[in-house]
Amino acid sequence: MEPPDDKTVRFQINGRSHEGTRGESLLAAIRRHGYEVPSLCYHEAVSPYGACRLCLVEVKRGRRQKLTTSCNYPLQEGIEVFLDTDRVVRHRRTILQLLLAMAPEAEELRSLAAEYGVEDTPFVTDEEHADNACILCGLCNRVCNEVVGAHAIAFAGRGLHKRMESPYDDVAEACIGCGACVFVCPTSCIGIEETEQMRRILKWHRDLPMQKCAACGRPFAPTFQIMHFADKIGVERSHFDRCPDCR
Amino acid sequence: MAKRLQSTKELLSLQEKIGASRDPEQKVVSVCAGTGCCAYGAKKLAEAFASSIEGHGLEGEVALRLTGCHGFCERGPLVVIHPEGTFYQRVQLDDVDEIIEKSVQAGEVIERLLYADAGGKTYEHEKDVPFYKNQQRILLANNGLIDPTRIEDYLAIGGYRALAKVLDEMEPEEVCAAVKASGLRGRGGGGFPAGVKWESCRAAHSPDGVRYVICNADEGDPGAFMDRSLMEGNPHLVIEGMIIGAYAIGMPGKPKGYVYIRNEYPLAVERLGIALEQAREMGLLGEKILGSELDFDIRINKGGGAFVCGESTALMASIEGEVGEPRAKHIHTVESGLHDLPTNLNNVETWANVPLIIDRGVDWFTSIGTGDVSDNPWGGSKGTKIFALVGKVNNTGLVEVPMGATLRHIIYEIGGGIIGGKKFKAVQTGGPSGGCIPEEKLDLEVDFDRLTEVGSMMGSGGMIVMDESTCMVDIAGYFLHFLADESCGKCVTCREGLKQLCIIIDRIREGKGREGDLTLLQDLGETIAEASLCALGQTAPNPLRSTLKYFREEYEEHIRNKKCRAGVCKALIRYSIDAEKCTGCLICARKCPQECISGEKKKPHVIDQDKCIKCGVCMDVCKYDAVCVE
Repeated sequence: MEPPDDKTVRFQINGRSHEGTRGESLLAAIRRHGYEVPSLCYHEAVSPYGACRLCLVEVKRGRRQKLTTSCNYPLQEGIEVFLDTDRVVRHRRTILQLLLAMAPEAEELRSLAAEYGVEDTPFVTDEEHADNACILCGLCNRVCNEVVGAHAIAFAGRGLHKRMESPYDDVAEACIGCGACVFVCPTSCIGIEETEQMRRILKWHRDLPMQKCAACGRPFAPTFQIMHFADKIGVERSHFDRCPDCR
Repeated sequence: MAKRLQSTKELLSLQEKIGASRDPEQKVVSVCAGTGCCAYGAKKLAEAFASSIEGHGLEGEVALRLTGCHGFCERGPLVVIHPEGTFYQRVQLDDVDEIIEKSVQAGEVIERLLYADAGGKTYEHEKDVPFYKNQQRILLANNGLIDPTRIEDYLAIGGYRALAKVLDEMEPEEVCAAVKASGLRGRGGGGFPAGVKWESCRAAHSPDGVRYVICNADEGDPGAFMDRSLMEGNPHLVIEGMIIGAYAIGMPGKPKGYVYIRNEYPLAVERLGIALEQAREMGLLGEKILGSELDFDIRINKGGGAFVCGESTALMASIEGEVGEPRAKHIHTVESGLHDLPTNLNNVETWANVPLIIDRGVDWFTSIGTGDVSDNPWGGSKGTKIFALVGKVNNTGLVEVPMGATLRHIIYEIGGGIIGGKKFKAVQTGGPSGGCIPEEKLDLEVDFDRLTEVGSMMGSGGMIVMDESTCMVDIAGYFLHFLADESCGKCVTCREGLKQLCIIIDRIREGKGREGDLTLLQDLGETIAEASLCALGQTAPNPLRSTLKYFREEYEEHIRNKKCRAGVCKALIRYSIDAEKCTGCLICARKCPQECISGEKKKPHVIDQDKCIKCGVCMDVCKYDAVCVE
């Protein structure tokens, strides 16, 4: 066995020894080793945010054992991680109940809650927002900023008035219609519609004409998106005249 | 005065010169110009004194000094006549000429303007007034003596002497060690040992030697105003503390300073700005401070009014121009804070203690307070703490006491007891996320650890006294609503959890509480406390949890008996008129906004319960105690 380099750390999950990279997301390391921990606001492609609080674990470091979210916990040498302790499960159930009160119709949320035996919530549902399944996880915003680089949407308001929206809740002019936000949204609350001519991202009020493939004539992506990526990687826009199949 | 000082020697000789030029027998009319007294009209009062001094031909003979907050805000506007130290309270414009003629010129005392205690006994000197006599004022000591807009005043009382000592005699490591040995703990609420933080920040790796030194002046707790008063009354004390900190933490290297202050504190911003400019002119800030290798300046960053920006990571995000949201602190800000560089953040009051510790020594500081910090900086609470004493207490204001003073001492000896001789019910310490402490704990010796033990906290030092007319369910609801409004909304437990706590407690207040609500409150409170991202969420359930612990029977009465014993929760009370006591004077009937009180003159009146909105006006205006609430 090779000696571990200084980036490799050893740690334990539920008493079993594992290795990982110093500073990486504890949640990523836990999942890589085949354990399951729920989360709604985490995606390995973007920076952790720590908003949904579902990825709680208990971490023992030295003599101190504490409850922490694992997504934003940087992996360190010698820590002992305990998943699904009574304390973790108790709080996780309460958090799921809070989320259910927020977005009672969200299918993904309901099935996750059901896994923890949470079928209903003792908390009051906000009727005004019953049709809005957004749980303010911020994934759409982080994907848009960090992966796509379009910076089309952001959080507005604070606290109880916090919401994710396009600037002034009007047309998101910077949105390229790539749909990455729709893909990562854990409650499918953004909405995308597509016709031969047009792709619409409903929540951001964005309608974008589609580019047709110069060879097969099939619409394959919004023209604005193609322009954005051509500029970003520094190629002629004509590079994207054809669809991926015909290229 | 604008000459830049080139060495500590020049500073000390300037101090000597200023000291020698001051006549201890100089007649001075000192007017408190803190925010509280200004609200009472202190500025107009000061103008009146200026023209009266001129009118009596006393210019040059009698000086007028506008000082910072004296602390006894209940009795403002406050005026002190030096050198005698005659203390006048609730001074009005009409009193000005009399004070100049009788008190200043003739040396008489105007009995009418002296403070009189509940028994009618009057006190001539500030130091004898029980409110002051029972305090130990070291941080606030000079607030009433100096004009905060004149650096000479600060120099005259030995200001910047500690900085000179540090630059002349101490290595940066020795300064950190002294602060650690003093046992000074963070006055902003956390109670973390300042010296330990300084050493960690000093030891943290910084690629180009930049380390940030920040003063957290985002004082946001309702009712707390000690930081404001320090900045308004003695800004150089805070600045000197920060310069010493910059030397200790950042040298050799490039320390940079920030004061993050609420924009709602215009007077403090102004005075701090003036003080910084004076310090720059004299070479106490900027390059090569007093001829040493230390280059350091301080920038003021005005906050936009979000309570959560008092949290260190949110504060740093805000300085960076980002949304003021906290982040997880698995990597401490001393290692990676502002702009991802080592950052040491302390509260205003913490910084203000530093020059005193250096000047008077560690032994002096550790002689004040509780516990033993000789080999463990968490071993006690040293020094004094300023509390903002407010609520149903006779003497409200700023109170500075040694750590370990009892609640009873603060509330009864200094605060003069409960207004109207009513019964004490609870005291809420630590701001909105503190806890309510009941009567049986009045002999608690107030320090960081004792307050935590009883389910409250030191916080920034708010102290709200409540009497029997306060409903504990209602008060818990008040703080929960405050915190729900001030939550940044980032994490689910804080944002949604506090919202649900408010919904449940509101329904209890409205008499619609259900069996099981208390368990629900308890469980949800525990999840918010344990699973939230930052200290705002983690401490937010404190008012709820402490009132559930000490005043559970009030919650149960609200739910089961639909009764509010304090007569506060409108849905659970009804006003009625005692026919025996009612004289039929008609006042209540005339004042009732609903016009729902009827009755003939000189005959008992009756309230129409269907129309009554329970505003309580009838009770307030009745001179015969005939209106009762149940």
